[in-house]
Amino acid sequence: MLDRNATFDPATAEPAARHAEEILPCVAQGLTFEAGGKTIVDGIDVTLEQGPVTMVMGPNGAGKTVLVRLLHGMLEPTAGQVLWAGKPVGEENRKRQAMVFQNPVLLRRSVVSNIEFVLKLRGAGGREQAMEILRSASLDDKANQPARLLSGGERQRLAMARALATDPDVLFLDEPTASLDPASVLVIEDIVRDAHQRGVKIIFITHDLGQARRLADEVIFIHRGKIVERSPAKQFFNAPASREAKDYLAGRIVL
Amino acid sequence: MQDFGQSFALAFDLVWSADPTLMEIIGLSIKVSLSAVVLACLIGLPLGAAIGMSRFRGRDASIIILNALMGLPPVVVGLLVYLTLSRAGPLGVFGLLYTPAAMIIAQTILITPIVAALSRQVIEDLHNEYAEQFRSLCVPPRAAIAALLWDARYSLLTVMLAGFGRAVAEVGAVIIVGGNIDHLTRVMTTAIALETSKGDLALALALGLVLMVMALAVNAGVMMLRMTAQRQAYA
Repeated sequence: MLDRNATFDPATAEPAARHAEEILPCVAQGLTFEAGGKTIVDGIDVTLEQGPVTMVMGPNGAGKTVLVRLLHGMLEPTAGQVLWAGKPVGEENRKRQAMVFQNPVLLRRSVVSNIEFVLKLRGAGGREQAMEILRSASLDDKANQPARLLSGGERQRLAMARALATDPDVLFLDEPTASLDPASVLVIEDIVRDAHQRGVKIIFITHDLGQARRLADEVIFIHRGKIVERSPAKQFFNAPASREAKDYLAGRIVL
Repeated sequence: MQDFGQSFALAFDLVWSADPTLMEIIGLSIKVSLSAVVLACLIGLPLGAAIGMSRFRGRDASIIILNALMGLPPVVVGLLVYLTLSRAGPLGVFGLLYTPAAMIIAQTILITPIVAALSRQVIEDLHNEYAEQFRSLCVPPRAAIAALLWDARYSLLTVMLAGFGRAVAEVGAVIIVGGNIDHLTRVMTTAIALETSKGDLALALALGLVLMVMALAVNAGVMMLRMTAQRQAYA
């Protein structure tokens, strides 16, 4: 676990690729998703490279979650395609990705068994490795408790630990701290930084501007299913280029 | 015909003294019904899980049929098994008619749809909860079924108990394929039918009492399992 008080400097924290050359870059071409006669994601072209923490931001209903799910292969696009290192989305590259949801779904078993489940899926480790992973999430003392008895923050930590137990090259996070108290938010952010420094590509959806400032290297701003701005984090927060991003950062309703 | 009060007294005495005939009948009943439950679970649980977590053409029709089969009339099942196992039937060469094996087969056919239909609902509910996570983790179907069956184990135990309750209380099928032969295929329900028709109410009542106690025990077991599951927050 990193020192929470340490300043995160993307320049020095630039991670070395792990196995990422095999999976990144992720290229979305003309990515479109329609549902119920409505276009949720509208012809997005985007390339995600190894390295920066990419924060996906935008107002509610902008299409952030759908975009991330399309990239992760959880949804089939209506049009367009996603290529991971030139290959279409498939089990081979999906197994190198992990996703943490806003409301973590934990298996109805003990904390350690939740980790063991994914380790077994990936053909790795046993109880000892699971305990090691729990220690990194400060959950080793709750290893034998039913996972559903954990607090909200602990549940999300377990979800993070479980996602990272798959040894992913890319980690998608869909508002993982949306309903957590400030202390739990910082713990989750530590885990994210730690993963990033170990070379995991982070793609993070958040509405929390403070969190985005703390973690982001770059920001992709989405509105009405389109990317309206993609900038380095400092530039995005200090001088957003688009009217929509300016309104969003100022707390105004984005029209 | 015995006096009603006298019959009750004799019945309690038979139970209290662990009458060998009574014990033999109870033992065979439990053996037959438990065997049928085990077989029904081996078929019904994976079948229920597979239907619960799959999407395929005709799925709704399959569920309707499965639910309808829960109400299979035992005498019809008994008749079909009888025809199949009788000397002229397709499986007549095995000589299973009027043996406990025939009764197990009939009860298995009766309760497999119950186990499959109820477990389908349990697994489907749990799968709806896990689906997104499983998709994200690329969990293969067999591993998903195994995980769902394990995580729903408390609910599925209640399904098994429901199956056992149905099997042990059933008379129509086992009397047709078992024949109610003394010391061979006589179980509680067939013995009750026979003793009542003979006017020997004491043994019939004693068996009836044991059946009632078993029904109570099964329901108490279901309740305890639910409470355990809730206490452990696995439900």
